[in-house]
Amino acid sequence: MEFFVISLLNGLSYGLLLFMLSSGLTLIFSMMGVLNFAHTSFYMLGAYFAYTISGTLGFWPALFIAPVLVGLLGALFERFSLRRVHKFGHVPELLVTFGMSYLILELVQLVWGRATVPYGLPEQLQGPLFTLYGTQFPKSRSFIMLLALLMLLSVWLLLTRTRIGLVIQAALTHPETAEALGHNVPRVFMLVFGGGAALAGLAGVIGGNTYVTEPAMAGAVGPIVFVVVVVGGMGSLAGAFLASLLIGIVQTFAVAIDQSLASGLQAIGVKVTEQTFGHELLQLSVAQVAPILPYLFLVLILIFRPKGLLGKREG
Amino acid sequence: MKFPLNSIAASVMLAGAVGAFAQKGETVKIAMIEGLSGPFANVGQNQLKSWQLVTAHFAGAKNPAGVTFEVVGMDSKSSPQEALNLLKAASDQGFRYVTQGNGSNVAVPLADAVAKHNERNPGKEIVYLNYAAVDPVLTNDKCSFAHFRFDADTSMKMAALTSFMKDQPKVSKIYLINQNYSHGQQVSKFFKEGIARNRPDAKIVGDDLHPLGQVKDFAPYVAKIKQSGADTIVTGNWGQDMTLLIKALNDSGLKVPIYAYYAGVSGTPTALASGGDLEVYQIAYNHSNYTGELGALMADYKKKFNDDFYTFSIYNAVALLGEAMAKAKSTDPMKVASAMEGLKFKGFNGESEIRKTDHQMQQGMWISKWQKVDAKNKYNVENTGYTFAPVKYLEPYIASTPTSCDMKRPSP
Repeated sequence: MEFFVISLLNGLSYGLLLFMLSSGLTLIFSMMGVLNFAHTSFYMLGAYFAYTISGTLGFWPALFIAPVLVGLLGALFERFSLRRVHKFGHVPELLVTFGMSYLILELVQLVWGRATVPYGLPEQLQGPLFTLYGTQFPKSRSFIMLLALLMLLSVWLLLTRTRIGLVIQAALTHPETAEALGHNVPRVFMLVFGGGAALAGLAGVIGGNTYVTEPAMAGAVGPIVFVVVVVGGMGSLAGAFLASLLIGIVQTFAVAIDQSLASGLQAIGVKVTEQTFGHELLQLSVAQVAPILPYLFLVLILIFRPKGLLGKREG
Repeated sequence: MKFPLNSIAASVMLAGAVGAFAQKGETVKIAMIEGLSGPFANVGQNQLKSWQLVTAHFAGAKNPAGVTFEVVGMDSKSSPQEALNLLKAASDQGFRYVTQGNGSNVAVPLADAVAKHNERNPGKEIVYLNYAAVDPVLTNDKCSFAHFRFDADTSMKMAALTSFMKDQPKVSKIYLINQNYSHGQQVSKFFKEGIARNRPDAKIVGDDLHPLGQVKDFAPYVAKIKQSGADTIVTGNWGQDMTLLIKALNDSGLKVPIYAYYAGVSGTPTALASGGDLEVYQIAYNHSNYTGELGALMADYKKKFNDDFYTFSIYNAVALLGEAMAKAKSTDPMKVASAMEGLKFKGFNGESEIRKTDHQMQQGMWISKWQKVDAKNKYNVENTGYTFAPVKYLEPYIASTPTSCDMKRPSP
């Protein structure tokens, strides 16, 4: 029971961080149809900006300023690069974001160096929030969970309950009509891209000090974010939320299972020895393959439900 | 076609003969084939500067053979394929000494390629100085005459660590967590062998292998460690897998001592310091508070590059090269290689030796503890205010492990 509760909490908090990371990506995709490969680079920029800002102004101002800066950069990138490429179709768009991710990586290494930067948690977030069965639950993780939920709520409210949200939705499905009604559709796209980048930046601000801020951090989360978006359904915010939680929890519990295919076969009476075909593979325990389970998920989803868990469009 | 070949051979021999008496004042070029860009670039760059600093220190009068060294970095991008190409390039450019260390996945094919190169190019042989790759096969099944290892391999470190645990009654339930590839698997294997010998009463309560560099969140592993009731953690993790593990342990408040392999590599100390007061021990050939010659070099390095010099095997490699060249009265790699075999020299930990049978340096090991700098342990690692303070020195014979090496030596 104790282990179950702790693991559930761990899974939830990891899932919520994944959601923070992927919400911006799925938002941009659903609104603009752009698969943004530079998304995790914006996450990294958020962490580095916050590191620099918190050195002078402190963490709490950085929590607001860094995402805004990252959002501005994202908007500028959309305005001067992506928009020009847009008319050539999706592949050039994808390539330009891909190139951007390399550019940001090299820039970060030039400015902040290749080594890990000492970006630590502010005092208010250090230490445990509560202790459960002798295991502490850190404040930093709780803060991530809180922020992720707030983010989900505010993005949802913004999209469905405000005028700008309605314009965004209209611009997505009927860009010409929205334009004819006098709305500046390109500007809406710029806003959406900037907003998505800012969300990634926000995830970076708290992900950077909860985990480690280093140039490899963007590459480290890149693949998993795409898994979340694909499993959840391309462009579905609720789907991304569901998929993040699912992946977080499945991965966390899988670590605890030391059983392997071999022991499973033995349990049902099949004899497995070193000579059995594929012995090396059979004796891999579930715990050992836990971190690659999400990718297995990805493949299965693409085969059996290409539109994702809550996706609207056929893949 | 016969004539020019003969004359080349003759001139090479002549050059060798002249060199035999006049190595003094020569410049020996060393090619450092290492990942100098990419994810492990900070480590490679740090070590290139270390090589350059140490060779500058051992130049001219300080060098027993009176030679000067020149170290040139070649970027392998941490890829075995690139490294093999660079070996060819280095040979073409006249390098007769190469060095590499980060990653046994590169070291094993490189040692193999050097051996083949030497067979096919008599008179242009290359010696490979391995300063950090710790896969035991390099000095066992796949040992070769041109390969010399200055770090201690995993079997040696685990022999030393488990021998240290003999006097640690607190160690009774041990949890192993390692990266699932050759290095991590070897740490697990050799630790289990050693502990069965030295502490048969201690129990292994967990033996986890996780994918290399894939885990973003170690909290589930920490929950598992806690549930197992372990009182000691042993890990060979490095890089991000090490720092994230430390962070997760700190977050959960699980105060279990950790015995780590690579706690001092670039970046990890910073993460350790931002974590909190966890009990971390390092098993390595060094700690961070040396005085004397090495201490001065460390201070010099910090002043010049604002970074830490920690790959001290480089010091031993350069010191030994000088001694061996003086003994061989030549800079010819094959003669120097023969001279290095079984040569006793003064390393930074005291008298050390390259074992003749497998070219593994026999050296003492340190257990050091991560703690705040104090009056006795002053060296400030990565400007964190923390340091690796020496706890216990384990003599070379404790860390010495047998070898299965059956070396093929070139006929004289």
